Amino acid sequence: MGEAADQFFVRLQHWLVGHVPVSLQPIVSSLLGVVAILTVFAGLFAVTTVLERKGLGRIQNRYGPNRVGPFGFLQPIADGIKSLTKEDVVPHAADRAVHFLAPLVLVLAAFSLYAVLPIGRNMVLANLDAGVLFFFAVSSVMELAIFMAGWSSRNKYSLLGAMRAIAQMVSYEVPLILASVAVVMVSGSLSTVAIVERQAGYTGILPHWFVFTPWGFAGFVIFVVAATAESNRSPFDLPEGESEIIAGYYTEYSGFKFALFFLGEYLGLFAISGLGITLFLGGWGAPLSVLSWVPSYLWFFAKLLAMIAMFIWIRGTLPRLRMDQLMNFAWKFMLPMALLNLITAGVWCFFSQQGVLRWLVCGVLVVVPYVLLSRSLMQGLKLKKRVYRFAE
Amino acid sequence: MLFTIFAVLTVAGAVAAMSFRNLVHSVLALMVSFCGLAAVYLLLGAQFVGLAQVLVYVGAVAILIVFAILFTREPSGKIQSIVSPSWAASGVVVLAVFGVLAWAVLHSSATQSGAVAPVDTSMQAIGKALMVQFAIPLEIVGLLLTVALIGAVTIAVHEKREVR
Repeated sequence: MGEAADQFFVRLQHWLVGHVPVSLQPIVSSLLGVVAILTVFAGLFAVTTVLERKGLGRIQNRYGPNRVGPFGFLQPIADGIKSLTKEDVVPHAADRAVHFLAPLVLVLAAFSLYAVLPIGRNMVLANLDAGVLFFFAVSSVMELAIFMAGWSSRNKYSLLGAMRAIAQMVSYEVPLILASVAVVMVSGSLSTVAIVERQAGYTGILPHWFVFTPWGFAGFVIFVVAATAESNRSPFDLPEGESEIIAGYYTEYSGFKFALFFLGEYLGLFAISGLGITLFLGGWGAPLSVLSWVPSYLWFFAKLLAMIAMFIWIRGTLPRLRMDQLMNFAWKFMLPMALLNLITAGVWCFFSQQGVLRWLVCGVLVVVPYVLLSRSLMQGLKLKKRVYRFAE
Repeated sequence: MLFTIFAVLTVAGAVAAMSFRNLVHSVLALMVSFCGLAAVYLLLGAQFVGLAQVLVYVGAVAILIVFAILFTREPSGKIQSIVSPSWAASGVVVLAVFGVLAWAVLHSSATQSGAVAPVDTSMQAIGKALMVQFAIPLEIVGLLLTVALIGAVTIAVHEKREVR
């Protein structure tokens, strides 16, 4: 019963493909996977926009949108109609071809990222041998799309926003990739399916997810912070800072192209959360072995929704980082921590027998440098106890 | 047939990169050409090289070229002629280089012998080769990149002091 529900979509795909002549079967099979990804993740984008606005609203002590539909949950439909019917304004001096192509390239790259994420057991669109490398290669195309958007608008604020966004994304790619390299090192493979299968065992009822190891936990924290910066989300959203440079690199976009940028950014966020889940949180595995009867894709989406909730929470809570603070953080703190995390992962594999010793050694290797490095980096700042003028 | 499509894409991108008047358009066309090359690598089964091509060229080199253009030229660009005044001399040089390259490719071992023993190009094999057989070149490349990084930081720090 559990297995039937788990493999339901795989069997549905096989059944649908069986109706097609044999020569066309691979193409139709891939097409069905692509259609499924498009519908599911675009639907998730719609739900996330309203969840985010309501979540941020409650954090800021107000209701979010509550006019359209029950508790405002049909708001994405209203947003979609608005963005489709708005006039598409292109500045006179803008470079029309590149201006048109930039959101297309962004959305194309964002959708391609889902090809290597295993959504459930046997449910990956392309089981590439170098899946993680494919993911990072395609996400670097997104940076080019942002440059195209900022440059083609012929607006100095857009260009400035685009340059800042690219500097930020390039800087935070380094700790992101180094944190993933630790996982690849321990699993011995770049294939996302193999990495998920490495985390599929249970000792007792506890899973073997990488996040439950010292290096995995530090790596996951580094990965999440770098992913927040990669997706230009608060607290790293200076490139699109609404109060500083209007909307940064997509100032000159209106209507449907703006909606496409929005879509591309959120899809990038979901994809990078999906990669974090695959690398650190055990992919489609259940958190306790007694819960393995729940279908695998439900666990993947549950973890994805939890990560999205965390991103929305962080957005509503933390203030924005300034550009120099952001870059200092990336190069002076995240990069050394990511390198030390690599060493810790190596030490963990070196102590290959189970035992308290390797937990102790790796725990010390993670905690002590973190404390020392953060203390030394905060020496220059004179921080006093925070006093709130109106909230006492 | 797939190879034909990607080859046409690569050549068209390269020709477009040479013929656009706007420098940034040329860079973008060049990136299309590099993507076509990456597709050819993937068709040949070389996953690492194909994906590294996208990661390095489209992801990093494109941004590098674009920054270089923006810092050294007028971005809105005066329309420059795509045919330079010395087109005859450069045409001769181009033909000579093409002749040498064509001779080298046609006489290389790739087109000479018959079946070549297939080499294992999986990620594991590449990783093992890098760590065992090519460990010293790997370390030298790392050293080169570190030197470049230190050089960039030195220049940037020096500039900041001058501005202050």
